[in-house]
Amino acid sequence: MSLVADPGLVADSEEPGARSRGRGYGSYVVAKVLGSVGSLLFMLLVNFFLFRVLPGNAAQTLGRGRLNTPAQVAAFNKAYGLNHSVLDQFWIFLKSTAHGDLGLSVKYRLPVSQLIVDRLWPTLLLVGVSTILSTLIGVYLGIRGAWNRGSVFDKVSTGTSLTLYAMPEWWLGLMLIAGLGVGFAFVPGLFPTGGLHSPDIVDTNSVHGILDTIWHLTLPVITLTLAYLAEYSLIMRSSLLDELGEDYLQTARAKGLRDVVVRNRHAVRNALLPTTTVIALNIGFVVSGAITIETVFSIPGLGQLSTEAISTPDFAVLQGTFLVASAGVIGANLIANLIYGWLDPRVRT
Amino acid sequence: MTDLAAPRLSARHLARQRRLASYRRTWRAFRRHRSGVAGLAILLVFVLVALAAPLLASSDGLDVTLANGPVLGAPSSHYWLGTDDNGRSVLTLLIWGSRISLLVGLSATVISMVIGTLMGLVSGYFGGWIGRITFRVTEWMLVIPFLPLAIGLATVLGPGLFNIIIVIGVTSWPSTALLIRSQTLSIKERAYVERAEAIGGGRWHQMGRHVLPNVMPMVFANTTLTVAGAILTETTLSFLGLGDPTRTSWGSMLDSAYQVGAITTGSWWFVIPPGICVVLVVLAFTLIGQALEEVLNPRLRARR
Amino acid sequence: MSDASLLAIRDLHVTYATGDGPLPAVRGVDLTVERGQIVGVAGESGCGKSTLASTILRLQPSNATVSGTVLFDGRDVLTMRWGELRAVRWAGASIVFQGALHSLNPVHRIGDQISEPLRIHNPSLADRASRQRVGELLDQVGLDPQRARSYPHQLSGGQKQRVMIAMALACDPELVVADEPTTALDVMVQAQVLNVLSTLVRERGVGMMMISHDLSVLADLCDRITVMYAGRVVEEGPARRIFVEPLHPYSAALSAAFPRVGDPAARFAPSGLPGDPPQPWLLPGGCTFAPRCPRAAEVCLPAEPPLTSYGEERSAACVRIGEPDAPSVEPASGHVS
Repeated sequence: MSLVADPGLVADSEEPGARSRGRGYGSYVVAKVLGSVGSLLFMLLVNFFLFRVLPGNAAQTLGRGRLNTPAQVAAFNKAYGLNHSVLDQFWIFLKSTAHGDLGLSVKYRLPVSQLIVDRLWPTLLLVGVSTILSTLIGVYLGIRGAWNRGSVFDKVSTGTSLTLYAMPEWWLGLMLIAGLGVGFAFVPGLFPTGGLHSPDIVDTNSVHGILDTIWHLTLPVITLTLAYLAEYSLIMRSSLLDELGEDYLQTARAKGLRDVVVRNRHAVRNALLPTTTVIALNIGFVVSGAITIETVFSIPGLGQLSTEAISTPDFAVLQGTFLVASAGVIGANLIANLIYGWLDPRVRT
Repeated sequence: MTDLAAPRLSARHLARQRRLASYRRTWRAFRRHRSGVAGLAILLVFVLVALAAPLLASSDGLDVTLANGPVLGAPSSHYWLGTDDNGRSVLTLLIWGSRISLLVGLSATVISMVIGTLMGLVSGYFGGWIGRITFRVTEWMLVIPFLPLAIGLATVLGPGLFNIIIVIGVTSWPSTALLIRSQTLSIKERAYVERAEAIGGGRWHQMGRHVLPNVMPMVFANTTLTVAGAILTETTLSFLGLGDPTRTSWGSMLDSAYQVGAITTGSWWFVIPPGICVVLVVLAFTLIGQALEEVLNPRLRARR
Repeated sequence: MSDASLLAIRDLHVTYATGDGPLPAVRGVDLTVERGQIVGVAGESGCGKSTLASTILRLQPSNATVSGTVLFDGRDVLTMRWGELRAVRWAGASIVFQGALHSLNPVHRIGDQISEPLRIHNPSLADRASRQRVGELLDQVGLDPQRARSYPHQLSGGQKQRVMIAMALACDPELVVADEPTTALDVMVQAQVLNVLSTLVRERGVGMMMISHDLSVLADLCDRITVMYAGRVVEEGPARRIFVEPLHPYSAALSAAFPRVGDPAARFAPSGLPGDPPQPWLLPGGCTFAPRCPRAAEVCLPAEPPLTSYGEERSAACVRIGEPDAPSVEPASGHVS
């Protein structure tokens, strides 16, 4: 090979393939939003088929044996639009859903949409606080574990995370209720075993009332935080370990950067990106946690609403909560994807 | 791939030998993962207990009408783990419960794997609208929150062993499908698949002969992780009262413990053992799955 | 500056602790780079070249045990304190890494990555000054200064390698270590990148250690060449002489592995050695090269031959040099990997 090349030739002889590859953030956003709209429609379809078509005889399922005469069944079918074709029924379902009409609860004799609005806040409070706490702690544990891979800290943290991850979160909740709520042996119960307020609280918005609510939410928040952080720390740890094998970290070290800077500016920043997507894909498990924990701690939120509907069974409520939970997950997923796209220049530019 | 002059049979023989050798290599690498081996040991114990249940405890112990122990009696020399609210031995329930929990977990995983592998192969292997549609459906399924869907489906289908297996199977396949899809995509690029195409192998032939055997190891690793998830789901659904009321599983034990207030009365023997069994079995499957994943693909991350 | 050689590696041993037991990657290497000199290190993959490169800045992985000395400007890199070491890193000696495709952080702009060492080693540097410096550096390696705002994925392989070179020169180091700087690139781009690198190094009079498996490239660029095999130096001497009349049979094989342009006969010359380099944990007794050596004889088996001087600043580790049949490579099949 001859190396007698003219230095003047050292111009761009190659195509910087980026221009063809880079799609720009705008088209990324459009694609993600369209994908979410697709998810939403698919979810509505599943919802519709699950509760209206799959049971075969909707009058039987939705009416729960209360419809005895053919006339009653006919009236029911008319009321629910069941005398139309499936396609028309789906269209009616879409229209009423868009208007916020989610049907009537058999059990409460109230519109499902009103029940959901009433029960929304406890769930948001519980899930929101737990998600924030678990993300912070989980990501921190993941970083420390991966950075000191094989250390005692890593082993304990990974072992604990794996155990928590293998544990039904509601069982953990039961254990905490038994240990810290009811108390055992000489230990008195420190926290309430359930509910959102003490019965003697008159005004829940007073300082006393708010403190009482916090006191009631402590155990459920601890339970959910532990359950979620297991997942977050394991994801963060493995994605940071992936990054630690990358060549660019060697470059950063060779530049004379302190280890802490190599870790924070280069490794962690990059490892957070895949973590965001995996967390986005797993937002569904946040919902699962909320459902069971609310049940165990008797918190009047959406989760408890849906588990109470199982035994009746109150199909309209199940359908409504399914819809709200799915829409929430799709929305959260979209937000996570948009953040990811914004953080990762390989997507943005 | 092999010497053209050699007879066809020997080529197949060679391929089988190579595959056997690679399985042996995988096993050797797996044995080095202490956590994976520990998981395997725990799992073996539970499988043995489940298989030997009739020898360890008479099934009569499950019959409420035959039970004659104290109600929620504390552990004693006769009832090592105490009794439940019907006076049955918790240990007997635990032993027989392992059968249902493992059965549901494994059967649901088979369904989930079949659907997931098929969807993954098709969406990865076929371009065009078939591939696109299957991929989209997988993505859409993935964002639908799992538990509300499972609760809805289980309520509509009604309680029952078979139904709960179906519910878990048809709701847990999307992550498998995505994994299989990405594996298929990378294998598709490899030269020998192209060569199979060049010599006129049909698509299904290629998929069955070349792509499927190569994605199988990853399917296997993913299977163990899926079993862990399926057992957890079974426990949760049973706890919510959606399990088979005629059969005892660890989840249904916890459900009745919760319903009769074992938590507030301090009947820990009815609450702690089933939970620990769930944790151990799920942990065992998770550890095995993680070790397998690391052996088969060091870059793959462990996720739910 | 001191009178000491810019880089003096003496009796360096690097052993990795692995699951299969200790793995000796470098076994007693001596190597010297003077100021303004370009020294080539040649050898097949797995011969310890890259381990050698990373040890110079004490970048070896944590499972490696190192003995010997690596004197940079008279100070031992292996024992200096962290603060001192960080000062040497990049400001004293910089590395152009193998496979620049992955050596740049994908989520930082290349301008920030080039200016990062500038800021570390000169915290008082103003933003404008550092931006200007980055522009100059990019210009020197033949890239548009506007490129500073690009991310690595927006650049081609050759452009990324040039960014690496600009980065390596950022702090005006006295020594540049180039570890297979062109492996991942196609031939035309290889030539361009090597040209940029050698021109800049010559202009600035800094020392360079260039690692490659391609003896012909090294012969063109370097003053001296060190040939490594299985973690040891088997031949050392002036670059052209090693390429044209190698003493050690291994150097001869490397020299023959790449056809010389304008030499029709070279195309028909044997182009490789049988077999692969020995696994580091299964080193053969005696001369480690003997199992693959066309000239191997009984005399090669008892002990590993020491590096012996053969006049005119040349040395080689082979007991058969000077014996009747001239070093030549027998026709053989297989390729040097």
